Amino acid sequence: MLEVRWHGRAQQGVVTAAKVLGETCLRTGKYVQAFPEFGPERMGAPVKAYNRVSDEPIRMHCSVTNPGFVLIADPTLIGIALAGGMESSGGVTEGATEDAVFIVNTPKSPAEMRTALELDGKPAKVFTVDASQISIDKIGRHIPNTPMLGALAKATGMITLEDLMDDFKVNYSKKYSEAVINGNLEAMKSGYEGISEG
Amino acid sequence: MATEKSNEMQGLTGNSAVALAMKQINPDVCPAYPITPSTAIIETFSSYVADGEVDTELITVESEHSAMSASIGAAAAGARVMTATSSQGLALMWEMLYIASGLRLPIVLTNVNRALAAPINIHCDHSDSMGARDSGWVQLYSETVQESYDNVFMAVRIAEKVRLPVMVCLDGFITSHAIENMATISDANVQDFVGEYTPETSLLKDMENPISIGAMTLPDYYMTFKKQQSEAMAEAKDVVEEVSAEFAQKFGREYGLLDSYELEDADVAIVIFNSATGTTKVAVDELRKEGFKVGVLRIRLFRPLPHAEIAAALKGLKAVACLDRADSFNDFGGPLFNEVRSSIYDLEDRPKVISRIYGLGGRDYKVEDAKSVFEELLKVVETGTVEEMTKYITI
Amino acid sequence: MTDKNNEELPEGGVIHEGGNADSYETGGWRKLRPVLDNEKCTNCLICWVMCPDSAIIVEDGKMVGFDMEHCKGCGICDTECPPKIKAIKMVSEEEAD
Repeated sequence: MLEVRWHGRAQQGVVTAAKVLGETCLRTGKYVQAFPEFGPERMGAPVKAYNRVSDEPIRMHCSVTNPGFVLIADPTLIGIALAGGMESSGGVTEGATEDAVFIVNTPKSPAEMRTALELDGKPAKVFTVDASQISIDKIGRHIPNTPMLGALAKATGMITLEDLMDDFKVNYSKKYSEAVINGNLEAMKSGYEGISEG
Repeated sequence: MATEKSNEMQGLTGNSAVALAMKQINPDVCPAYPITPSTAIIETFSSYVADGEVDTELITVESEHSAMSASIGAAAAGARVMTATSSQGLALMWEMLYIASGLRLPIVLTNVNRALAAPINIHCDHSDSMGARDSGWVQLYSETVQESYDNVFMAVRIAEKVRLPVMVCLDGFITSHAIENMATISDANVQDFVGEYTPETSLLKDMENPISIGAMTLPDYYMTFKKQQSEAMAEAKDVVEEVSAEFAQKFGREYGLLDSYELEDADVAIVIFNSATGTTKVAVDELRKEGFKVGVLRIRLFRPLPHAEIAAALKGLKAVACLDRADSFNDFGGPLFNEVRSSIYDLEDRPKVISRIYGLGGRDYKVEDAKSVFEELLKVVETGTVEEMTKYITI
Repeated sequence: MTDKNNEELPEGGVIHEGGNADSYETGGWRKLRPVLDNEKCTNCLICWVMCPDSAIIVEDGKMVGFDMEHCKGCGICDTECPPKIKAIKMVSEEEAD
């Protein structure tokens, strides 16, 4: 079973990102969970969301405490305690597995982020993608969730870019205009192509 | 948001699954006053109303007390009525809950379980529906998104058969806001299953022969009506079994009054409700691999209480922990503890029973928390003594 | 609804017939009884309009007496009978018998 934790700030779309990831995996035949952890609901407040993905039905209904995948939609969350009203108020690396994959939204290099995450010399993999810039370029708004999903597709075998884009088209065409859909699809693609590993 | 998949699995949250079930049932009337974490049920359902996808009269009222009052009025008039609420909303409905059941009106209410203030909290526990357990409503508890969806259909059938209101409970946020795989039923099959609602009696049924509902009764008659209500509640247990069996036969998903997991040869077990059951099952699997004979009993139907079935399920065990996500503030454990303990009293070799309160106000309950309760139980068996009958855990 | 322990009582206390107040005799509640003076009565029927228990018997547009099975003896008919007429007076039940 794969376990994913998303970190962001309210309005950055991490709850939706978890939802899209869950739906995409479900469409490829997996059992999934996608759920948010709401703290105080204010714009800018730290928010977490989770995914579980498995070949078997998922029975546990607790928070994800040992994620193998950590996606950080806002680099300012690194190194601070994320007291959000819930119990897991530790930092973004709390509980992550030794070999966890970290994907950080930042224009900086993976090496700089590895240091910032205090993961120097550790087996964890650190990727970066400038998802904020991509979202501004492609969608015209600072919502880094879809480029991060594209980056996740590139960095891991969890989903393919094609499945991700297909799912988004099928599920969101009713809700959003064609321009918004296309912008997000472009953003996914740019996230996929723009990821750096280090 | 529905996701189609080859084997017809969809990804829905608990709230969207309940709203979809309501849409497929197409009730006559839905009086509602949205409240976290059940807001999305009414929000989504109201969009179905606005889009003309249902014929339902959606009544936006000024409080939950009014929502239940309007539900009662509509149900008395002969309508199929559904609504949803949580926490303080259910608390504000209190007075009217008893009237709905006393008037024998088959209203279906989805309660998304949330803690009661104070301190104010929006997250899951069962203090809301546990408080309403003696209000004369049938109570069904749901472990997953799938079961929440399925229970709504069964609730309609149960309510209309025994002429009692039914409350379908699911965990706030944990189930209401989580997307899980679930299979939906076609609209035609839903309509076939729930059927047309044709009450024998209603205010609007025969205008030539008017009836009165809600008349006062004095000591000479009141008690007889309560006895009837009590007997209807007892009958509801068989009806829940019948309706669940028909549902399983038609749609392939089996639900009992209880859900026993690895209990047959178990020495110790946890008795629990709702979403935490799955987490406990994972702990059972892990401990079974280490050779410990542990199991889980989930209570799906809490009102009426399947006491004989609980006794049969726990017969032969040595120690049992009842996990309550609500406190009775009685210095004697939670409601589940008291009722399960009472249910097994007449067993010859009854297990020792302890109360553990968990998960209040959304406190996480993890696999290791379940394991630590099992460890306590194994220690009770080993030593033959209970050191702490009641305790809060994860604190 | 006669046998209070009858388990066949209508569910939820529903009353299945309309206008059944007629079968409930409230005449036994009376302490005072209205008595009509036919000589004075002008058949204005104000008493018939005002009686809360529909206990004024009217035949062919004329006030002919009281339905003693339902009259509770409230005295509204006496109060409402115009002051210049005063065709109804209330007397105690003992006195009347």
